[in-house]
Amino acid sequence: MAVRERVGVFVCHCGRNIAATVDVKKVVEEISKHPYVVHAEDYKYMCSDPGQKLIYDAIKSKKLTAVVVAACSPTMHEETFRKVCEEAGLNRYKCEIANIREQCSWVHTDIEKATEKAIRIIRGAIEKVVKNRPLHKIELDIVRKCLVIGGGIAGIQAALDIANAGIPVILVEKSPTIGGHMAQLSETFPTLDCSQCILTPKMVEVARHPLIKLYTCSEVIEVSGYVGNFRVKILKRPRYVDEYKCTMCGDCADVCPVLVLNEFDRGLSLRKAIYIPFPQAVPAAYVIDPESCLGFNPIKCGKCKDVCEQEAIDFDMKEEIIEEEVGAIIVATGYGLYPKEKIGEYGYGRYEDVIDSLEFERLLSSTGPTGGEIRRPSDGKIPKRIAFIQCVGSRDENHLPYCSKICCMYTAKHAMLYKHRVPDGEAYVFYIDIRAAGKGYEEFIKRVQEEYGITYIRGRVSKIYEENGKLIVHGVDTLTGVPVKLEVDMVVLAMGMIPTGSIELAKKLKIPIDQYGFLQEVHPKLRPVESVSDGIYICGCAQGPKDISETVTQASAAASKAISLLTRPKLYREPLVAEVNEEICSGCGVCASICPYSAIEIVEGVARVNEILCAGCGTCSAACPSGAMQLRNIEDKTVLRMIKSMLG
Amino acid sequence: MAKRFEPKIVAFLCKWCASAGADLAGVSRLEYPPNIIPITVPCSGRIDPQFILQAFKEGADGVLVGGCHTPGDCHYINGNFKCFKRVTLLKKMLRQFGIDERRLRLEWISATEGKKFARVVKEFVEELRKLGPIKVT
Repeated sequence: MAVRERVGVFVCHCGRNIAATVDVKKVVEEISKHPYVVHAEDYKYMCSDPGQKLIYDAIKSKKLTAVVVAACSPTMHEETFRKVCEEAGLNRYKCEIANIREQCSWVHTDIEKATEKAIRIIRGAIEKVVKNRPLHKIELDIVRKCLVIGGGIAGIQAALDIANAGIPVILVEKSPTIGGHMAQLSETFPTLDCSQCILTPKMVEVARHPLIKLYTCSEVIEVSGYVGNFRVKILKRPRYVDEYKCTMCGDCADVCPVLVLNEFDRGLSLRKAIYIPFPQAVPAAYVIDPESCLGFNPIKCGKCKDVCEQEAIDFDMKEEIIEEEVGAIIVATGYGLYPKEKIGEYGYGRYEDVIDSLEFERLLSSTGPTGGEIRRPSDGKIPKRIAFIQCVGSRDENHLPYCSKICCMYTAKHAMLYKHRVPDGEAYVFYIDIRAAGKGYEEFIKRVQEEYGITYIRGRVSKIYEENGKLIVHGVDTLTGVPVKLEVDMVVLAMGMIPTGSIELAKKLKIPIDQYGFLQEVHPKLRPVESVSDGIYICGCAQGPKDISETVTQASAAASKAISLLTRPKLYREPLVAEVNEEICSGCGVCASICPYSAIEIVEGVARVNEILCAGCGTCSAACPSGAMQLRNIEDKTVLRMIKSMLG
Repeated sequence: MAKRFEPKIVAFLCKWCASAGADLAGVSRLEYPPNIIPITVPCSGRIDPQFILQAFKEGADGVLVGGCHTPGDCHYINGNFKCFKRVTLLKKMLRQFGIDERRLRLEWISATEGKKFARVVKEFVEELRKLGPIKVT
């Protein structure tokens, strides 16, 4: 006969968060009548030190065998209260949380009904905690290696931080070089640092770091396993140029007869089919674009191969699938711009001189198609009047409801750099609001407006069209209420930011994304770089729009989380896995056939669970026809009793 | 005036998506009717059809099953598919017990869909008010 359980129930007021809607005194009064409950009390803040002490003391003095804390969601303080119980000598699983805040007091207003609901929730938790068996965590080894996905500034920073802590890193980048969008930028706000000048030393450091293994032209295609022990499959596409043999002499590109639009310059220049994205690319090697290269048909071409003295070119390179084991993963897949085609009224695509902000960065860049001179795409003339339009796609219910955060700042920078290059030019900025929160940001905007004489017009632009070789920008100045019709030579659209690649990757990693496709953090304030899956961290614009300094900060934060995980001596995981009652099991194998982790096999006529592989989903338990397979502490009989007591 | 019928609903919510979505509804202070009693399970694939039958037997007027979006959101690869199959089959059986299959509702609610959670509960309560109290024979 099992020991008669002695349950203590602790009801938290959470200030007024719970107590304003749930009558906590009545809850205590009612729940005290429960046959298992030997102690019940309420307190203003159960998570505070005195609150925790109440629990500790009651466990000791009332000889409690189990504890229910009725408070906030278990995602908040389950660990806090389980630790208190452990300190007082109880097993951690003899403590359960009844969520009467997020799922009760915060969503209801009727005190009587909310109180009744809270009592029902607590009754369920009592049934559960009584049925819970004391368990101990499962000990695991850790693979001391980290995978970083994405080689923009976020991925670079995270990889360097981790490698500098002595932990090996695998850095996977989809394109032929690392550097990301930051490599495309001209100068950075608010200090006007040359973007490439501050980025390329970091890129070289990655290339030379003995602990960083870099895979470019590569993508993560499959992820399995769990914290400390992920198995990753990486698809490495052929570069067709041996990166160790290539000396970047450029003879190959000189003879290549194919010209295509250069994506690094956002289509504003041409490149060959064998090319380097930009001179400081890492790895420092040419790459063949198989879409446009003619050399795959040896009769047609092969000129580059003929001239390459290093014999670095190999048309027979094949795709490879590389398998790696890592203990932690950092996702830094970055952003793209909202498709301009979706905003037809601004004439992008129809008018060559309506360009987006990244195209303008290329025009400003000294490595860009015009060598840093501002020349408009249509005829190469220097635009004497230019309009910048902010919030294109952003803060727009029809497109992206959110603010892309960096456009106010880079547009001010664009206008300033325009005036540096074209001192007699006129620049106009259309804006909705100026958001310049950041160190030195507001001052930068002021400088642009006051010292550079840029005209800021508050209002949205309704349409752009061409008339007599000029672009006409139609809008309204909402400060004066006067319609604005502006004749300009060129228009720059500050396009909103969208996540790229995070949606497919999130599915492979089993981590959530928000409604816009940005990766979701566990808690926006307090756990901003952790995903819900242990051991998977997120950073950079894949998590939400942000500028370079914030990206770097977040990348270092993600790296430090990964380091603190990977330097632990051992990992412990929840023992809430499936378990079979061999006396009942008939060995039918239904469980083994549906287990998504292949964690069950039939040995000598009965099911056997591999505790390390089992992730604790419990689908085997739901399928077992005899009830032999049970998920620890969420057993069938427990749930059935919970239902009965919660409805009763 | 006759008292309005207040249906009792048991909600089986997966920990990763639907229950997290319910938490978000709370954090966002989205009000919905208090008729729902939540039970959090690790995965919608854990929900044994007998749990649902037990809830009806113990007097629930409706049962809500909340899981991660199909196809790829399930934290446990494909537990939501298994749940979908079980619920679909169970709905057919409910008819044979004389229980209107609308009393069993399956919804995919992600951790970021607090609004959807609140809306689903509101809609379900309204629907059950129309269906009236359950009679299990």
